[in-house]
Amino acid sequence: MGSRIKELATSDTGFVFDPVSGSTFTVNATGLCVLRALKDGLSREQIARQLSERFDVRAGDPARDVGDFMALLAQHGLTASEGNVP
Amino acid sequence: MSPMSARPLTIAVTGLNATDNPAPGVGVIRSLRAAGGHDRLVGLAYDALDPGAYARDIVGDVFMIPYPSQGIEAFLSRLEYVHRRLELDVIIPTLDAELPSFIALEPRLRAMGISMCLPTREQLELRSKVNLASLRERAGIRVPRSAMISDPDDLYRIHERVPYPFYVKGTFYGASLATTFEEALAAYYHTVATWGVPVLVQEYVAGEELDLVGVGDGAGDLVGAVPMKKMLLTEKGKGWAGITVRDSDLVDVGRAFVRATKWRGPFEIEAMRDAKGQYHVIEINPRFPAWVYLSVAAGMNLPRKTVELALGRRVDPIPDYEVGTMFVRISIDQVARIGDFQSIVTTGEIVRGGEAP
Repeated sequence: MGSRIKELATSDTGFVFDPVSGSTFTVNATGLCVLRALKDGLSREQIARQLSERFDVRAGDPARDVGDFMALLAQHGLTASEGNVP
Repeated sequence: MSPMSARPLTIAVTGLNATDNPAPGVGVIRSLRAAGGHDRLVGLAYDALDPGAYARDIVGDVFMIPYPSQGIEAFLSRLEYVHRRLELDVIIPTLDAELPSFIALEPRLRAMGISMCLPTREQLELRSKVNLASLRERAGIRVPRSAMISDPDDLYRIHERVPYPFYVKGTFYGASLATTFEEALAAYYHTVATWGVPVLVQEYVAGEELDLVGVGDGAGDLVGAVPMKKMLLTEKGKGWAGITVRDSDLVDVGRAFVRATKWRGPFEIEAMRDAKGQYHVIEINPRFPAWVYLSVAAGMNLPRKTVELALGRRVDPIPDYEVGTMFVRISIDQVARIGDFQSIVTTGEIVRGGEAP
């Protein structure tokens, strides 16, 4: 099916609608930030940088969190695989 | 606009049952009412307690009709009576089991001035569960492996043609999943007891179910189609909530079906989308589904288009629909009047004067 990230409808409240499958999801503020960055075609590193700038990331590894989130998207069939995203 | 199109029509619709396994009639009438105008909308009911008969805000007049199994002449005689009373322009049948009778009566009804938009008998047979597999070659549509059986002994070797697990289905309704021979045998007898023989054995396809409501113009073109994903199911597997989705692949399945069969009228395709995103058509119903009003809410009034087709008017395809339109059914106690019940029990009709209040 390929990546459907760009087709997702997202709202500021974190409600996400996949118009192809009819599925709905909710994501928190950081998830929404990642999702919108993916729709904009940003790379994992760019997204991690954006997370560090916008959120209070004192501990942890934003790049790894982005990777985990992308794996979750793949699990839900929204990307063919994690490697699909640059 | 021609003088004919300006005249309000009298349109009768069957299938007013609206329980947890609802018939499409109430949804069709609601769709026609949503089209506006001053058409007189008449419900044709098979049971005095069909809930749609008491939906005063939706259904105007109601007439009881006999089941087609009571004989086609009795059926026609009752339709003639309703026609004498209200001068019907169009009938939209909505139930699988009554379609052969309406198709058989079409020339006689047409001679009376009543139009319908129905498939031919041959088209009806083409999409039947018995012949669904033939659509694989004819329309290039994927369908699960299946076999028709009329003898329980056939189940001993059925796995050579259709692997377990599979569904055991009645000719018109009913489906039970069988994973073992014992389950298959029990499902066979249950299905025969309810729906008679033959019984369809159909391969189980893993995936998610999506449905498509559409209308064919009878010349091989699709007037419009709306795909829907079920969000909530009843215990009987009927959709209780659903949402329109963007799915050109499923619409293409509908288009291929209409092109291959030159389908005339409404249809519903039930299909399974497998992990690869490929569709497997498990059933094609020759009528609107109960959730047809969702198509209206999404911008395609397919029942209204069906009326236009029935009248032989030119119908342009509807290009698009709104993705993300939802329906959520509600179970609500309608308040009915004893006068309505008395009227339908004693005279077989409720005449409220045409337009719903």
